[in-house]
Amino acid sequence: MKLLAPGTVLDGFAVGEVIHSGGMAHIYRVHYADGRPDPGFAMAMKVPRMAGDDGAENLLGFEVEHQIFQTLGGDHVPRFVAAGDLARLPYLVMEYVPGRVLQHWLDEARTLRQRPDAQEIARLGQAMAVAAHSLHQQNAVHLDLKPANVLIRHDGRAVLLDFGLSWHAHYPDLLAEELRRAVGSPAWMAPEQVVGVRGDPRSDIFAIGVMLYELATGELPFGEPATTGGLRQRLWMAPPPPRALNAGVPGWLQEVILRCLEPEAARRYPSAAHLAFDLGHPDQVVVGERGGRTRGTPLRTHLRRWFRAAGLQYEPSPLPSQAIREVPIVMVAVPHLDASDATLYSLRQAVSRSLGIRPGARLACVSVIAPVDSGQDEIDAHRLHLERLRQWAQGIHLEGHQASFHVIESGDVARALCTYARGNHVDLMVLGAATHGLQMQRLVATVPMRVVMDAPCSVLLVRQATPFALLDAPPDTRGPQSAHDRSPAPV
Amino acid sequence: MKLALLSDIHANLRALHACLAHAQEAGATHHAVLGDLTGYGAEPAQVVDAVMHLAARGAVVLGGNHDALAVQPPAQPQTHGDLSAAWTHGQLDAAQCAFLARLPLHAQLGSAWLVHASADAPANWHYVDNPHRAQRSLAAACAHSGVSHVFCGHVHHQRLYYQGAARALMEFMPTPGVAIPVPAHRQWLATVGSVGQPRDGDPRAMYALFDATQGRLTFHRVAYEYRAAAAAVRRTPQPGWFAQRLEEGR
Repeated sequence: MKLLAPGTVLDGFAVGEVIHSGGMAHIYRVHYADGRPDPGFAMAMKVPRMAGDDGAENLLGFEVEHQIFQTLGGDHVPRFVAAGDLARLPYLVMEYVPGRVLQHWLDEARTLRQRPDAQEIARLGQAMAVAAHSLHQQNAVHLDLKPANVLIRHDGRAVLLDFGLSWHAHYPDLLAEELRRAVGSPAWMAPEQVVGVRGDPRSDIFAIGVMLYELATGELPFGEPATTGGLRQRLWMAPPPPRALNAGVPGWLQEVILRCLEPEAARRYPSAAHLAFDLGHPDQVVVGERGGRTRGTPLRTHLRRWFRAAGLQYEPSPLPSQAIREVPIVMVAVPHLDASDATLYSLRQAVSRSLGIRPGARLACVSVIAPVDSGQDEIDAHRLHLERLRQWAQGIHLEGHQASFHVIESGDVARALCTYARGNHVDLMVLGAATHGLQMQRLVATVPMRVVMDAPCSVLLVRQATPFALLDAPPDTRGPQSAHDRSPAPV
Repeated sequence: MKLALLSDIHANLRALHACLAHAQEAGATHHAVLGDLTGYGAEPAQVVDAVMHLAARGAVVLGGNHDALAVQPPAQPQTHGDLSAAWTHGQLDAAQCAFLARLPLHAQLGSAWLVHASADAPANWHYVDNPHRAQRSLAAACAHSGVSHVFCGHVHHQRLYYQGAARALMEFMPTPGVAIPVPAHRQWLATVGSVGQPRDGDPRAMYALFDATQGRLTFHRVAYEYRAAAAAVRRTPQPGWFAQRLEEGR
C-alpha cells in the first residue's frame, strides 16, 4: 500500500502524519474523523505494506498480529482500539505510547562510547522481564523481542510492540509448519526457535538475555547470522562472557545474562518473574562459575555440546500460563516479634511442603521491622535480622530452590508485605496466622486479615502445628498414642 | 448470522436442551443439526420431535449413520449399535421415521459446508480425525463455489483444522469459550464435537457457534444433568455401558 495522504479518512479514522515507516508496515497518527475526542490516549494506526515480493509474507505476519493483539491486555502492550477487516482493509488502531524504544539506549551508548551502568541495565532488564511475564500470564509468547520492539515509557515500565511472530495458546498458530522452520529475528532468536519450536515462554527470556548482553557489551552474543548453520551455532556455542568484553560488568549481571542465554531452555530462568526478581535484587544473585568467567568456553566443551546439540529435542511447553504457574515465587513472612518456636517451626514446615510440590519454585524470606534511624544502627539492625532469617531457613531443604532474604523497614507490616508481593510477582505468600500483633486483634484488623484482603496472590495462613508438643517429649514416649494422652506442653 | 452447530445428539434430550439454551443465551440466530439425532440415548422420539420443531423454524438438519440405522435396523443385529437401532426404531412413530429417512447428507449455508462425516464421500461415514482426512474433506467441499468452512461431527471431539504457513493442514485443539477468528480467505474444517455423548473424559455437552458476520468460531462445553441422562438410559433395555459412558464422558 502506498503512503496514505494526511487527511485521508479510513473507517472513521482521520489519518495524520507518518510516525514510523518500517519494512513491514507504516504507522500513522490518527484521530476520530467525526471530531470525537481521543479515548483518553493518543491513537496510532498500523497499515501493512503489501507492495513488493514479500507482500504475502508481510500480510501473514499482520494476520497473526491482527488475531493476537486484539485479545491482549494489561499495562505492557498498547491498548487496542479497532481492527479493519483483513480481506477488505487490513489495519490496526491502537494506543500511541509515548516513550523510547530500547534501540535508543544502544545507539546512545555507541555515540557516547560509554556503556550504561549495571543498575541502569538491571532496571531496563527488569522492566522487560515484567512485561514479558504479563504476556506469558495471558497465554501468549512474543517470540520476536528485540531492541526495536521494546518501548520504555517515561515512568520506566516496558511496553512490548509488534506481535507479527507471536504465539497464543488459544488460537491456531498460522506460522506453524509441518516441516519446522526457524521463525524470528536471527540476532535475538532462541535456539529452540531455530529448530522451529514455537510457544515456549523461555524463548522470550533468551531474547531478553541477548538485549542485556548488548546493553552490557555493545556486541551481539551470537552476531547476526544469515545462514541456517550460523543460526544453529547457538544450540551449542556459549558466547564470550560479557566481562571479557567489558571488565566493568559485575559478576551478578554476567550470571544473570548467561543464565538467560543457556542453550537448553530448562537451564534458563524458569519464568520471566524469576528473572525480574534477580534483576530487582542484585545483592541476592548467587554468582557461580558462570558469573566469574572471563575467558571463552574451551574448544573441547564446545565440541561436546555440539555433539549433544545434534540430537537435541526441544519439548514445547503446553500452556505458557500453566508452565509459569508451576515455577512460582513463594514468599514467607517471618515474624521477629511475638514469635514462639512453635510458630517458626510451623512456618518452616509449611514452606517446606509448599516448595516440595513445586520443584522450580523460588523462595523469598521476608521480615518487616520497625523503621530504624539511618546510619550504623540501621546497618546493624539489617545485619541482625538477615542473620536471623538465614538461621530460620537452615531447617528447610532447599535442594534445587533459589532462596533470598530481605529485611524491610515499615511501620505498616501488612502493607509492606503486600507491596513486596506485588512488586516481585509473588504467587504464594506464607504467613503465620497468629503472629504479627496477635494481642491487638480485638482492637484492630490484624496483619493476617489485612494481608488476606489486600494480597495480590494466594495466601497460606499457617496455624501452629498441633503435635508440636511432641517435640518437648522425651524420645521414648514419642508416638501417635502419646499425642492424645499428654496435655500440650507450654510453648 | 450466528449459527449454532449441533451434532451427535444421540437421543440425549437433556444435553440438547442445555446446548439450545446456551446457544440462545449466546445470541444464536440460526441452527444446524449435523446428524446422529438417535442411537445410544434414552429419548429418541423426544429428540426427533425437538429437531423437527427446529427444522420447522428453518434449521438445517442432516442425517447421520445412526439415523439411517434407526430407520432401517439390521434384520440380524450383530453389534450393540445394531441392538440400540432396533430398540430406537421401536420408539419412533411413522412421522418421525419419515423425517429421518428424508434427511440430506450435506448442505451449504453461505461459506459453510455442513456434513455429518467427510464431505468427499458423505455416505461412507469416514472419521475425520487427522489432518490428512480433513484435507480430503475440505478439498471436496471447497470445490463448491464460495465455500471456505466445513463443519462436521461424527468423531465426538472438538478440533479445528486449518491452513498454516505450509501446504498441509494443521490440527488445533480449541479452548472452550474462546472465539477463534476464522476469516474466509483461509480454509477451515471444524469437528464440532458431540452434544449427547462426549468421549474425551469430560461429561459436558459440546457444540460450536459460528459467527459468519464476524468470521469467528467458538467451541463450547455445556454442563447438563448427565446423571439423569444416564439413569434414563438404564431404564431402557440397552446395554448398561451406554449409561456409564455418559457419566464418564468416554
